[in-house]
Amino acid sequence: MLRLVLSRLVSLIVTLIAVSLAIFLILEVLPGDPAAIMLGTSAREDTLAALRQELGLDQPALVRYMIWIGGLLHGDLGQSITYKMPVSTLVSERMAVTLPLSLLAILISTALALPLGVMAAARQDRATDRAVLVFSSLGVAVPNFWIGILFILFFATWLGWFPAGGFPGWHAGFWIGLKALLLPAVALALPQAAVLTRVTRSATLEVIGADFVRTARAKGVDRGATLRRHVVPNALIPVTTILGLQLSFFFGGAILVENVFNLPGLGRLAYQALNQRDLVVIKDIVLIFSGLVIVINFLVDIGYAILDPRLRSRA
Amino acid sequence: MSKRLLAAALIVSASFGPALAAKTSLVVGMPIEPPGLDPTIAAPVAIREVTWANLYEGLVRIDRNGKVQPLLAKRWDISPDGLTYTFHLQTGVKFHDGSAFDSADVKFAFDRARAPNSTNAQKQIFAPIDSIETPDPATVVIKLKETSGNFLYYLGWGDAVIIAPETAENNKANPVGTGPFKFKSWTRGDRVELVRNPDYWQPDKTKLETVTFRFINDPQAQVAALRAGDVDAFPNIGAPELFSELKKDPRFTAVAGNTEGEVVAGMNNAKKPFNDVRVRRALMHAVDRKALVEGAYSGYGQPIGSFFSPNHPAFVDMTGVIPYDQEKAKALLAEAGYGNGLSITIKTPQMAYASRSAELLAAMFAEVGIDMKIIPTEFPAKWIEEVFKNKDYDVTIVAHTEPLDIDIFARDNYYFNYKNDRFKALIADAGRTTSENARFAKYAEAQKILAEDVPALFLFQLPKLGVWNAKLSGLWENSPVPANDVTEVSWSD
Repeated sequence: MLRLVLSRLVSLIVTLIAVSLAIFLILEVLPGDPAAIMLGTSAREDTLAALRQELGLDQPALVRYMIWIGGLLHGDLGQSITYKMPVSTLVSERMAVTLPLSLLAILISTALALPLGVMAAARQDRATDRAVLVFSSLGVAVPNFWIGILFILFFATWLGWFPAGGFPGWHAGFWIGLKALLLPAVALALPQAAVLTRVTRSATLEVIGADFVRTARAKGVDRGATLRRHVVPNALIPVTTILGLQLSFFFGGAILVENVFNLPGLGRLAYQALNQRDLVVIKDIVLIFSGLVIVINFLVDIGYAILDPRLRSRA
Repeated sequence: MSKRLLAAALIVSASFGPALAAKTSLVVGMPIEPPGLDPTIAAPVAIREVTWANLYEGLVRIDRNGKVQPLLAKRWDISPDGLTYTFHLQTGVKFHDGSAFDSADVKFAFDRARAPNSTNAQKQIFAPIDSIETPDPATVVIKLKETSGNFLYYLGWGDAVIIAPETAENNKANPVGTGPFKFKSWTRGDRVELVRNPDYWQPDKTKLETVTFRFINDPQAQVAALRAGDVDAFPNIGAPELFSELKKDPRFTAVAGNTEGEVVAGMNNAKKPFNDVRVRRALMHAVDRKALVEGAYSGYGQPIGSFFSPNHPAFVDMTGVIPYDQEKAKALLAEAGYGNGLSITIKTPQMAYASRSAELLAAMFAEVGIDMKIIPTEFPAKWIEEVFKNKDYDVTIVAHTEPLDIDIFARDNYYFNYKNDRFKALIADAGRTTSENARFAKYAEAQKILAEDVPALFLFQLPKLGVWNAKLSGLWENSPVPANDVTEVSWSD
């Protein structure tokens, strides 16, 4: 087990270094001078040179890479070129939107998908099952940003129950903040919930057909108890796998939904930074996103080994 | 018992109170968030649209008609030779941090802007300055190296606002000025909040208590925010196709005014075939400006024939100089040796007005035998690199949003690669001319030269499509300088 964790850890670090190099090189060849963008088309050459020096853009690429990585090792993400403030502050401000939004979406998605999936499987080929299948087909087909636009038209413009977008900040109050995140979270959750419902349904169906379930029923355990005690816990293993994979989708989808609902999250920050060629911010955010995916994969790998003893020896 | 009485009183005052007093909060929507709140160290228009006149003040200001008005300087004397400006400052003015404003702050702000390591985006404003003296706290004497007809006007820009030495470094994130509103908070990515400055030197100037600027990029989301009442005013909405609909809605006032942005299709004047004035004129003749404005901006936007803002008093309509005339275009092309057709490219930024205009231009050119290929070019980064810096292009299209920027055609090495010594001398001469009438006559002549020489295709003035709550008054119809000046805004009830 220890050997497995160590080997996975080494590959995690190597991947992270490779990713950081790739990000740096891609941004190196991307056209665009942050100083020229900040100072516009009337700036004089000496003014541009002064700003480039102030931003450290006049140093060679290797030096800039080492400064970036050196800073990261000390937990310093550097200074944003456009906002002139520490990237760590910017990112944590934005995390305060993107993280709750994603968590809320995961919560809504699982709370919807699990009962629906199990219910559909338990009543296979009956009306409930059909209805659930229709819902999940629709959910898979409709993109989250379009659901978002419909929600805004219906709940914000027409009914006036929710704000049409924007985020007042958590300092405005927990409930006010939550209210601003609710519509986007549902828009983000629905497509993923549809996928998860299908997975839950088929996983449950598979377990229902297994021998030990028949044995339990033969022993006289009633239908509901069999479902609760034997079927659902076993069906959860494949469902958890999919949920783990979906986490990165939630972050990616957040970028689109944040734009539709005008939420100041990490995705919008990344988009803005790219436009302004705020190289420091782009590098950090892409690294954070990739880091998250890599770490989640690492945890899923380790998690499998814990759940399934057969995998431990394969390391 | 007394508690009940109090409750009743509260209910009564709550039901009558708001009906009597007009609303004092305002939410203004803007498409782009400013990258920082210091207009003296960066160019973006959005910085000025939040801070200018609201947070920061200059010695003078530009009013809604584009005229120079006194502000921190209550009056000034100009020496007969036009080289010495003596500004008499307002007294009793305080910065938002409580420190007093005086002549030393003016000297500091201007010296900082013209220092060798300055990152002021309009450093040329300060180029004519020879020396700045402060004989007493209420007087500033500025000596110029040469006369400058627009010096006062430029001092009204955001790049020349007065800041204090103690707070200048932090203005980007925590702005401190002398304006009627103070900075309260900035939720990055969403909003900037300002509150009334209780110590403002013109105590009754403003009616509003709080002003919030919200940043909403998507045009559909802008309209949704207006309709839902989340935003009270959008000084320039990004959805021209929805503007007519909003105009019919009695809840809103919708006004189409002018910005300072001239949409021009710049040509590489040093490159064949654009070094031939006949080709440039042929392209101009091929453009139906009216149809272009209709297609690109739903009919809003004034056609222009030269490079001068209709907001400026020296503006002359030059659209008649080279009018839409396909036959003339074809004849000129044949004369220049391109009777059998011509293939060119246009590097087009992603902004809706630019890409739509480029498509329409390509269709209009096709009718006179010119094949124009559209090359999408990301703005600002890629465009600045390829077109502006490296001048690697045939034709491009972009709006030039700075006020009074006709001098870009006189600049050496500017991306048009346009060289006209007569024009250059005329612009330099106009800049030095202190008599307003004489200066305006020179600007009129300069406009004519450009209209005839067509270094760029002059298309239309970007409109300012303002939409706001019908109960609001005092917002600007045009924007002679980039600004969302809310100092005169109030609610009626």
